[in-house]
Amino acid sequence: MKPKNGGRTSTVTTRTRRDWEENTLGHALGKKPERKKEFTTVSNLPIERLYAVEDLKGWDPAGKLGFPGEPPFTRGVHPTMYRGRLWTMRQFAGFGTAEDTNKRFHYLLEHGQTGLSVAFDLPTLMGRDSDDPLAEGEVGREGVAIDTLADMEVLFKGIPLDKVSTSMTINAPAAVVLAMYLAVAEKQGVPLEKLEGTVQNDILKEYIAQKEWIYPPVPSLRIITDMVAFCAERVPKWNTISISGYHIREAGSTAAQELAFTLADGIGYVQSCVDAGLDVDVFAPRFSFFFNSHNDFFEEVAKLRAARRVWCALMRDRFHAKSPRSWMLRTHVQTAGCSLTAQQPINNVVRVTLQALAAVLGGTQSLHTNALDETLALPTENSARIALRTQQIIAEESGVVNTVDPLAGSYFVEALTDRLELMAWDYIHRIDQMGGIVPAIEQGFPQREIAEAAYLYQRQVDAGEKIVVGVNRYSEGDNMKAPTLKIGAEVEPGQVARLETVRQRREKDRHAKVLKRLEHTARTKENLMPAILDAVRAYASVGEICDTLKTVFGAYREGRVQL
Amino acid sequence: MSGERKVRLLVGKVGLDGHDRGAKIIARALRDAGFEVIYTGLHQTPEMVVATALQEDVDGIGLSLLSGAHNTIFPKILRLLAEKTDPDIVVFGGGIIPDEDIPALKRAGVRQIFTPGASTQDVVEWVKTNVPPRRR
Repeated sequence: MKPKNGGRTSTVTTRTRRDWEENTLGHALGKKPERKKEFTTVSNLPIERLYAVEDLKGWDPAGKLGFPGEPPFTRGVHPTMYRGRLWTMRQFAGFGTAEDTNKRFHYLLEHGQTGLSVAFDLPTLMGRDSDDPLAEGEVGREGVAIDTLADMEVLFKGIPLDKVSTSMTINAPAAVVLAMYLAVAEKQGVPLEKLEGTVQNDILKEYIAQKEWIYPPVPSLRIITDMVAFCAERVPKWNTISISGYHIREAGSTAAQELAFTLADGIGYVQSCVDAGLDVDVFAPRFSFFFNSHNDFFEEVAKLRAARRVWCALMRDRFHAKSPRSWMLRTHVQTAGCSLTAQQPINNVVRVTLQALAAVLGGTQSLHTNALDETLALPTENSARIALRTQQIIAEESGVVNTVDPLAGSYFVEALTDRLELMAWDYIHRIDQMGGIVPAIEQGFPQREIAEAAYLYQRQVDAGEKIVVGVNRYSEGDNMKAPTLKIGAEVEPGQVARLETVRQRREKDRHAKVLKRLEHTARTKENLMPAILDAVRAYASVGEICDTLKTVFGAYREGRVQL
Repeated sequence: MSGERKVRLLVGKVGLDGHDRGAKIIARALRDAGFEVIYTGLHQTPEMVVATALQEDVDGIGLSLLSGAHNTIFPKILRLLAEKTDPDIVVFGGGIIPDEDIPALKRAGVRQIFTPGASTQDVVEWVKTNVPPRRR
């Protein structure tokens, strides 16, 4: 708007930052100091009192921001963002037996959900059968138990796989579980090229943070590369890797570490596929990302904006991808489980709301909001509904979806985005100097950086320097006793018995033959996926297939953990 | 008392649960508070934990469990300890353990359970008071 004073410059605009600091600010500080010496983000990044035009000196909006849907995608990957289409509200579910989860899936589909998201139990995630000694007490507890194709058939019973998209959170045994999904599609008569979905399939962050591994990094990357190549040819709509910072943050990293190590993992996968002779523009558009959204609002917004900018530069300049679709960082976001408190659990709804809002203002493509009771157990139906309603309120009532990237141009947000970008590049260059992410992991570098950050944060919380409402401040009174979901003790023996029945009924000769062939293939350079598919079709179990590969690839052991 | 040896503790992760953020923080805080601490690393069986505890001659075992398997794993460790030694090694733990499961765990012999939000000082103070060096 034009000033209505005939163009005279007011005295206010001629005052410099220094004038303000010496007079107005100096006067105010003289009367009353600020509450703290230093203000920092939750990740201990120092934050200035004021951000102004000087903080963006030499800042080039064309290069740093561009336009939505155009490189460097700082403002988002779609030209219209949420005006065109809201983000996908994808809530993660899975518990007990395949039959229990199948019932929940039918319920969700009947209520209008089109995307399924499968949580597996720990034994499945570790490539172990339900009767493995280490699985004791963990079968069906944190997700659904899958041992053989027979369980997968039950999990998707009555669900036409060409009508849904399915996200499966599985990593070390991802190739086996994807093969089971493909085998179910074959039985349903659904052509593989029609299948849509995602496997997490991000093993590098397992070594760094979540610790659900089977084989050492190098053979793990070979399995992943084989799957990427197989899908590019046979299952072209499948998203082959969801490169995940979520778990890195949950393990206690800072925002900058989450950003940097996730992008470094991404570099590792792209490099490994390029080295295997794959065309970057064929596979890269099928890679997506998965970030955390933690408490520090602006830091999270800046992190997502910086992530898109760095990835675009990496794909275009380092890997020479030609297609803009390869340059785009598409991401899912989940609110930070580790930020939730067991004390005064209803307060978690407020935390989740702020974190979800940051994810939306950061331009996410899909979002999972945590339930208020997730620090206690798996969510109940009621708490899961409140979590979904939180997203719907942001989408339908808050108005933040009405314009693209509304925080762009804020001195603070842009300065913070640049700062996080710089910190990410710094880590990426350090990891490059170590020879890439695999040697960095083998030296324990990201693991140590994260453990250090996690310990520092805990000490700050214990010292009351970082406030956690309801825990180390304002802890009087409790606002709810949350009823928690219980998993019946009968799940484990039931699942073990079902596995035994499959073992009795399958064709024993065929079973032995396919596992032998799998072992042979693992010793060659041939693509592993066809042999894994054959093994799955013969009802070989997740544990049997992974153990067979382990005889060739070896088992991963973490080096001595430095305290 | 002079000449009294340092209390030795084993901090352990049992089963397939890979959430080691808490275990590592507690191990480090206990070490910084002057205890001798051995951290088992991930994916231990109850048998492995008990074998290490006996071999290292520890006074206490702290287990971190976030997988929901606490009702299986704690009793098994206590049973193995009772079979193999004087049951005077103090067993305590923490993690995602619902309030309603705690009384049964305590009846089974788990001396203390720390739930989310407990501070490292809480754990250090409790260990100082409740885990004496065992007579040898």
